[in-house]
Amino acid sequence: MPQITSSQTQPSYDVIVVGSGAAGGQTAYTCVMEGAKVLMLEAGRSYDPVKETPMFQNNSQAPLRAASTPDKQFFGFYDATVDGGWEVPGEPYTNASPDPERKFWWWRPRMLGGRTNHWGRISLRNGPYDFKPRSRDGLGLDWPMSYEDLAPYYDKTEMLVGIFGDNNGLENTPDSPDGCLQPPPAMRAGEQLVKARGKKLGLPVIPIHRAVLSQKQDAEVLPKKIHPNNPRAQRLLADAMRARQACFWATPCGRGCSIKANYQSTTVHLPPALASGNLDIVSNAMAREVTTDANGKATGVIYIDKTTGMEHAVKAKVVVLAASSAESVRIMLNSKSARFPNGLANSNGLVGKYIMDTVGASLRGQIPLLENLPLHNEDGAGGGHTYIPWWLYKEQLAGKLGFARGYHIEFQSGRHMPGMGTTGGMEALTSGSYGRQFKEDARRYYGSFLGFAGRGEMIPNDDTYCDLDPVVKDKWGIPVLRFHWKWSEHETRQAKHMQETFAQIIEAMGGKVQSRPAADGAQAIEPGGKIIHEVGGTIMGADPKKSVTNQWCQTWEVKNLFITDGGPFCSNADKNPTLTIMALAWRASDYLLAEMKKGNL
Amino acid sequence: MNAPDSPSTPQRLDRRAAIKWMMAAAAAASVADRLTYGASAAKPAAGYGSDPDLLKIYKPGDLWPLTFTPAQRATAAALCDTIIPADAKGPAASAVGVPDFIDEWISAPYPGHDADRKTVIDGLAWIEAEAQKRFQNGFGNLVTRQKNAICDDICYAPNAQPEFRPAAQFFRKFRDLTSGGYYSTPEGMKDIGYVGNVATEKFEGPPPEVLKQLGLA
Repeated sequence: MPQITSSQTQPSYDVIVVGSGAAGGQTAYTCVMEGAKVLMLEAGRSYDPVKETPMFQNNSQAPLRAASTPDKQFFGFYDATVDGGWEVPGEPYTNASPDPERKFWWWRPRMLGGRTNHWGRISLRNGPYDFKPRSRDGLGLDWPMSYEDLAPYYDKTEMLVGIFGDNNGLENTPDSPDGCLQPPPAMRAGEQLVKARGKKLGLPVIPIHRAVLSQKQDAEVLPKKIHPNNPRAQRLLADAMRARQACFWATPCGRGCSIKANYQSTTVHLPPALASGNLDIVSNAMAREVTTDANGKATGVIYIDKTTGMEHAVKAKVVVLAASSAESVRIMLNSKSARFPNGLANSNGLVGKYIMDTVGASLRGQIPLLENLPLHNEDGAGGGHTYIPWWLYKEQLAGKLGFARGYHIEFQSGRHMPGMGTTGGMEALTSGSYGRQFKEDARRYYGSFLGFAGRGEMIPNDDTYCDLDPVVKDKWGIPVLRFHWKWSEHETRQAKHMQETFAQIIEAMGGKVQSRPAADGAQAIEPGGKIIHEVGGTIMGADPKKSVTNQWCQTWEVKNLFITDGGPFCSNADKNPTLTIMALAWRASDYLLAEMKKGNL
Repeated sequence: MNAPDSPSTPQRLDRRAAIKWMMAAAAAASVADRLTYGASAAKPAAGYGSDPDLLKIYKPGDLWPLTFTPAQRATAAALCDTIIPADAKGPAASAVGVPDFIDEWISAPYPGHDADRKTVIDGLAWIEAEAQKRFQNGFGNLVTRQKNAICDDICYAPNAQPEFRPAAQFFRKFRDLTSGGYYSTPEGMKDIGYVGNVATEKFEGPPPEVLKQLGLA
């Protein structure tokens, strides 16, 4: 069973999965490897990174030297995103407030594999504290599960996906068991300098974890560990692992990877899932609603085939929404019936509540020590090799910081492939040189700029949620989401702290900041959604009155409806969410399969 | 990878076409509800779209009509080469197609590019007028000393005399475009000292001489 059209779907499936990214990919993979028949619906077009990725193109081969445009908004022309961005033509969303500080930015792609094709690949485990934030400081919500519950799934996900990094034994920054991680690449020059100078500031500068193969996966050993009692799954996974190459230390990961060295759902989850013969994928299938029967059980999904504009109904024993947290909310709110007048599994009105993004702030510096370095290739694994995990747990718990949750620091030095921004920030250093002097200056300053970005935890709040816009519909006639956003002082103060820390690091390196830290955190913080880590909206919990799903991502009200994207997150640790989405989706899928076997669904 | 079919002479933007797309852009902007994203056809019709062929190699003029007249183009080339002349490590900007790139940039149907077009076209006109005023000759015909005399007055906006400030804003934009256009080419990448974009078996980090210079050896 392969990628099919609407007319080729089977009369019924075991599971329908809406979405094909990290959540949908993992859910479908887990289910089909155990023999379940799965239909995957993807709202965008089919996409093949092996054939479509511009690997070695330089920026002069692209329109506008590959600079960002409204058509390609993020990394510019060569970004892997298809038909996506902050705006998707014909598929609007709205904001309740005209105030820019209360605006939410919603990034969506429309392609097989979703955001996994272009993402930053940073793959950090949540730590033990991150599952029990309310117990620690009285704010936000505890998860109805612990780190220990998810740890085995982090292990399996790391082995399956292929993640480099190492173990440092730091607080709330979990080590992985032997055999899970691949060796991290060497630190670049600027990264080593941050490490040396950061030490004086008490900053732990350690190898980051990213979903890039630093060596070929061991196809003999890993599949047996991942699927211990399933020889067929072992064989399928081993074949898929053999088809992936190790990183050749060139070309930016955001373009995708034709040699499958980094994780994309389209190169890692979907090929073995399709090879199982148990997966059908319909692309250009815009899910509108989940259908239910008289007993309130889910029966399937109605979607619009974008190629024809026709509506189709597909049936399954279990429906899994993995459409991205907000899109899954939208589908649930649009699934209204006499039994579910407020939308599906929403009797308590919590669907859409407690959405969160990551707190982001940045600052750039110029470091004289990095000027005129001997020429060398710093491409590496196409992103940072190093980061600084949150280090002020004790000070924070003692109430010394004025904000409740932590952040980690991402940074990337380097002599990147030149583009439109390469000599940006040079004018003030050179008093506006031109001619031969300008060329000398360009060589001198190239690679001497360091950008720091903080990624911090936002606490869920009652003013930050999404609901259906009462008026606006998309081009398919489907009501759209309306966002309500508000940062608390915990977030804005954290953003201020980030910039102040970055300035200290830059100065400790003998450098100069390119702009002063903002006096007010509200100026320092990136707008909601801009970090593209939106989670929540269908939060999990221990109490059906106070949450939408249980710890298995199963909705309380509809036993055969699961949400395996970021929606069930009830806190959003500073750790980038994708790895946790995959681990949770795997755990939920194991539970789903066991319950299905028992006849409970 | 296939090189696209492109006309040997890039298309120029005629006045009627220019008015047509400017009006389309203005209409799109005025109907866009600022609380609603993506609801209207706010995106320009003539861009490369949200799903362009990423493997194709593009040249200025392939996607939208260009703007420069031959005279503007000649002035732009002379100014590009004043900013980035040939030296031992790399060619001049005009030798690697930077004037065509600038023309592509200022002709692009995306927000912000129309402002850059005005800045560049007005700036090139100012440069020509200034060359005539000071030296009774076109900018491209001036000797280096004469070109520099003009550029020295406008090369750094914070220090520019009041009468040169608009020209200094233009020069800043033009230098950014020239630099971005140049250093993104293979010749420019080599010139600035970028030695990546090659597949290697291992990544070993910085060589000893780099660590030594950083005091980390």
